Amino acid sequence: MHIKDDPYTRLLQGLAYAVIILGSLACLIPFLLIISASLTANESIIKDGYHLIPAEFSLEGYKTVFTFPDEVLRAYGVTLFTTVTGTLTGLFFMTMAGYVLARKDFKYRNTFSFYIYFTTLFGGGLVPWYIMITKYLHLTDSYGALIFPGLMTPFLIILMKNFIRSAVPEELFESAKIDGAGDFRIYWRIVLQLSMPGIATVGLFLALAYWNDWFSSSLFINDPHKYQLQFHLYNVINSAAFIANMGAGTGVSLGSDLPTESTKMAMAIVVTGPILFLYPFIQRYFVKGLTIGAVKG
Amino acid sequence: MRQRTRKSGTPLAIELPLKGGTPAASPLGAGTIKKKKKGFLHELIHNRVLFLMLLPALLFFLINSYFPMVGVYYAFTQFDFNSGLFDAPFVGFKNFEFLWKSGTLVKLTLNTIGYNLAFILLGNVLAIVCAILLSELRVKWFKKLTQSIMFLPYFVSFVILSVIVYNVFNYDSGFLNTLLARFGAGPVDVYNKPLVWIFLIILFYLWKNLGYSMVIYLAAITGISDEYYEAAKIDGAHIFQRIWYITVPMLKSTFVVLLLFSLGSIMKGQFDLFYQLIGNNGVLYNTTDILDTYVFRSLKVTFDIGMATAAGLYQSLFGFILIMTVNYIIRKINDDYALF
Repeated sequence: MHIKDDPYTRLLQGLAYAVIILGSLACLIPFLLIISASLTANESIIKDGYHLIPAEFSLEGYKTVFTFPDEVLRAYGVTLFTTVTGTLTGLFFMTMAGYVLARKDFKYRNTFSFYIYFTTLFGGGLVPWYIMITKYLHLTDSYGALIFPGLMTPFLIILMKNFIRSAVPEELFESAKIDGAGDFRIYWRIVLQLSMPGIATVGLFLALAYWNDWFSSSLFINDPHKYQLQFHLYNVINSAAFIANMGAGTGVSLGSDLPTESTKMAMAIVVTGPILFLYPFIQRYFVKGLTIGAVKG
Repeated sequence: MRQRTRKSGTPLAIELPLKGGTPAASPLGAGTIKKKKKGFLHELIHNRVLFLMLLPALLFFLINSYFPMVGVYYAFTQFDFNSGLFDAPFVGFKNFEFLWKSGTLVKLTLNTIGYNLAFILLGNVLAIVCAILLSELRVKWFKKLTQSIMFLPYFVSFVILSVIVYNVFNYDSGFLNTLLARFGAGPVDVYNKPLVWIFLIILFYLWKNLGYSMVIYLAAITGISDEYYEAAKIDGAHIFQRIWYITVPMLKSTFVVLLLFSLGSIMKGQFDLFYQLIGNNGVLYNTTDILDTYVFRSLKVTFDIGMATAAGLYQSLFGFILIMTVNYIIRKINDDYALF
């Protein structure tokens, strides 16, 4: 049954397998390095450095992380809260906006689309924006500062608009209107039901951005109790590195309560955990959403 | 410059909103303006529910994007945090003058544009190559598995990326030096080698984003009709010819769309990547400082508000003019590909 390949095809097949295997390894090995380091005994790391396979297996890194779990758990809580609140609120607002902008009978849809899109072309820059949030909105040290800035992006609104336009036929609006449904009711009962794949994609983009956010904490939060998970990790890695450098420069010996090498890596795994765990399930939606986008584009 | 605009990745399905009519599409006489105003008011009442539904988004962009535009005024003052918007002493173009004379602006611009061009060109070419090769794989489960693995780095945070970099390159126990020691070579202090970081930053950009763009191109390849390939096969074209004369040309429109959108953010882009990899390591600034990181540091580390605003305004304006020019040229060449 199988037709014999010509030499060109065989060459390409070989090439394809070689390149893709190498590419996959390059994407995977950095994760293996962290996982391995998190499972290595700390003395072994200090003596021999990091390896791809643990030189001396130990769970002490994880034990240290969970000896005083308060900080990590609190950071988890902050991130979970901002991710859920931000994603749901953002989705609600963006689907509504997308729906209005997708309505052909809404006269000013192009005008408003332009006002939204224009913000990607020109902006005041980081500093005026920072002053706006801290000095005029007074959001310093509040969850609002973690949630508000990322609530909507022009890209996601326009993506949403396109999804709705392709998923909900124009005639449905008309017929629902004739049946006496109001604009909001059409959105709530018809548009939301029909554009689920789009909502899933946009929601995932939004949730991922919130989950991976460290920038808002670094700009607006001074109270360590309100640090997001990623920023907490960032501090653990960097303060340790900083103090270690100081120690090396001044000859002062280091305190014993510093996070050790294996603890840092264990912390990184604990922070990444949920994403790695959910990844196989989430990934399909992303691929599907991107596929729809690319075929349309 | 808001972070998430960038993090959300390359815009794709954006069917640009502006085709068909910008707000100022029709020049109106004084008489017609009155009429139009009436029309707007009528619309506002007639479609009040729709307006209400759009309101949160409009308010958001007003507060988050339009109000801060007023703040570019700080660029012309000697601003400090205690003064109000218009209390700060006006210094004219002094901030810009200083940036220009110190050579900072030129260096930052060259770095920013240079890195972004490398990202765009290398990123797209490699993504196309990988997508074509992946699409030729025949073992289904292997194809799915490798696609997932290569998409994985896109999902992890930039902080994790910095952990990886620390793990590999730190002097005392990094994987690289461990490996070198095994082969009997001495340790390398990568953090003191500014030139190496040019490659490292590009490398890690590719590592993180390749899978994402690959999926987009893969989708485009899947969309190409089999008939082309069948016909070419009958005509005796071998597989490399089929790829070169069918697949590659068919990816052109996807490529142009991605290219245009990345050009749009050529003056910004990838702050997370640079900041997480370099941080406040001054040794590396010469080769790794971009406008975004400079502005961020001026705000958070050196508290040079006026200067930071000036650099930010320059970034915005320069980028804006660049996009407008590119768009104008593209519209002259081929109207279909223009952004607006």
